Amino acid sequence: MPNFLLFASTLILLCSFGYTMFRLGSGRLRPGRTNLAALIAAFLLILGDLWLRGQAQHSCPINSLFDVLVFTAWSIILIYLLVGSAYRLSLLGAFTTPLVLLMLLTAEFAPLDRTPRLRAMRDPWIEFHASLSLIAYGAFALAGLAGIMYLLQDRQLKSRKGGTLLYNLPPITDLAIANTRLIWLGLGLLTVAFAAGFVSGMQVNSIKFWTSASIWLAYALMVALRQIHTLAPRRTATLSIAALAFILTTLPVIQHLSAPK
Amino acid sequence: MTILCAGITHREAALEIREKFAIGNHELQEALDTLRTIEGLCGAVVVSTCNRVELYASSMNPLPVRDGIRRFLKSRTCGLEVPFCTEDSLLSVRHLFRVASGLESMVVGETEILGQLKQAYSAASDHGATNAHLNKLFQHAFRVAKQVRTETNITRGATSVGSVAVDLAGKIFGDLGGRKVMILGAGDTSERVARSLVSRGVRTVIVANRTFDRAAALADQIGGLAVHFDHWHTAFDEVDILICSTAAPHPIVTREKLELILRGHGERPLFIIDLAVPRDVDASVNELENVYLYDIDSIEEIARQSLNIRQAEIVRCEALIETHVADFLHWMHNHPTHSR
Repeated sequence: MPNFLLFASTLILLCSFGYTMFRLGSGRLRPGRTNLAALIAAFLLILGDLWLRGQAQHSCPINSLFDVLVFTAWSIILIYLLVGSAYRLSLLGAFTTPLVLLMLLTAEFAPLDRTPRLRAMRDPWIEFHASLSLIAYGAFALAGLAGIMYLLQDRQLKSRKGGTLLYNLPPITDLAIANTRLIWLGLGLLTVAFAAGFVSGMQVNSIKFWTSASIWLAYALMVALRQIHTLAPRRTATLSIAALAFILTTLPVIQHLSAPK
Repeated sequence: MTILCAGITHREAALEIREKFAIGNHELQEALDTLRTIEGLCGAVVVSTCNRVELYASSMNPLPVRDGIRRFLKSRTCGLEVPFCTEDSLLSVRHLFRVASGLESMVVGETEILGQLKQAYSAASDHGATNAHLNKLFQHAFRVAKQVRTETNITRGATSVGSVAVDLAGKIFGDLGGRKVMILGAGDTSERVARSLVSRGVRTVIVANRTFDRAAALADQIGGLAVHFDHWHTAFDEVDILICSTAAPHPIVTREKLELILRGHGERPLFIIDLAVPRDVDASVNELENVYLYDIDSIEEIARQSLNIRQAEIVRCEALIETHVADFLHWMHNHPTHSR
């Protein structure tokens, strides 16, 4: 049953992505409703899968790299559904879909360790810390996607050539605001997650600690420099993409080092 | 029942001829009354815009009605022959659906014509000049126009300098409410662009011109402020959109000058529309962060692209229209009799 739910959500997102590509190719890109419907369906199906696996593991289902990828994909959709509509960035859904799809496909088909490594003693603070960190990563992922859209729109406007993307991407000012606010949101969530980690008093590997701390520091620096107008929107967009790439690359390492020995 | 169509459009005649055929709002009732005296005519709708004067009529006895319509139009134009007149329902219905969809407009895909058709139909209907067939025909035409607009790219993009500028400003700032515009050089095109922007909610317009009186006159017309040309950069604070159209022989906005001015501009983007030939703004300004420079060539190129997209969509629109024409003719075939 869990695999079926994941497979169904992947299939829905694959169809939505294919449809968006087709619309883009034919110059009729108005993917708002299709993507939104697909993402809502995928969100509910993954939620069902997480619930079933949570019941089986008797904990929040983030105990293997497979679990972490699925939970992060779900977090990205969660943040999109919460904030995407607030900024009226309907096309953000078209950019969110391929990232979520990539994570789900990797989780389902890559040769990953799927065996959950459960702690002997359940600690709600540790579970809260881990799950909130992944939701914060979801916000950073959305910030990175808004950054990609910002750079694309900036390029379109600078090239002075018009075209389908120019007319379908949101205004560049809105993208800059969304990029910064999503970083703020992710940073806030990650700060609370780290605080919960400290409260739990859990033993942390130094590599995991410094990797996580550098992610937090990088985003904190970004918002601080944005606040004092030292970092321009274009650089913020570029840095948020680089930081997202760093998170996605180090996610397996952090998961490996977090697992109970 | 037969649907007839007669009239003149921008395709067949110049404005001097079209204006002779024009039927103003004040003459509409009289014209409809005259048309209803034509024997055999069951209903009529008069469409009179700057680009077309057309009559749509329904009749069980089309040939005398066609001649009556010809006579009516000829009498209004001191003997000018109407260039387009048909008693073929297929041609008439197809023509109306094409007009409603913007395929017969001077700027293909423009949507103003649909509003004008609705007004014309409403006026005829209020005057009791329409019958069941014309009612059905016009309702169907409005449906076709809506479907063509939503399912094709026929209305895609902006096609004039003013509308391209407004579209681009929207893609940079989103909502234009509260934005500030500066005009350097009060030319006709810059005035039109500024008016387009003001109609979209721009808050303040500052006009600088070598002749201060001209700047003051334009500022007065569009509710802006006039400044002396030599002091334009001192009034540049918080300007979001700069429109240049001076007759200066060399760039008046250089990269160095703008970099200096933008130090106090914060992170807000600056949209520069350079309509001057030779150009008023150094091209390298576009390399500055948050600055988007468009000259007259790039704006016209975007307008051309939109027109090309619209032209390429005509075939898809025609296919949609043909299915609706067939549907309507089928309905007419099943409802042949006259009814009010």
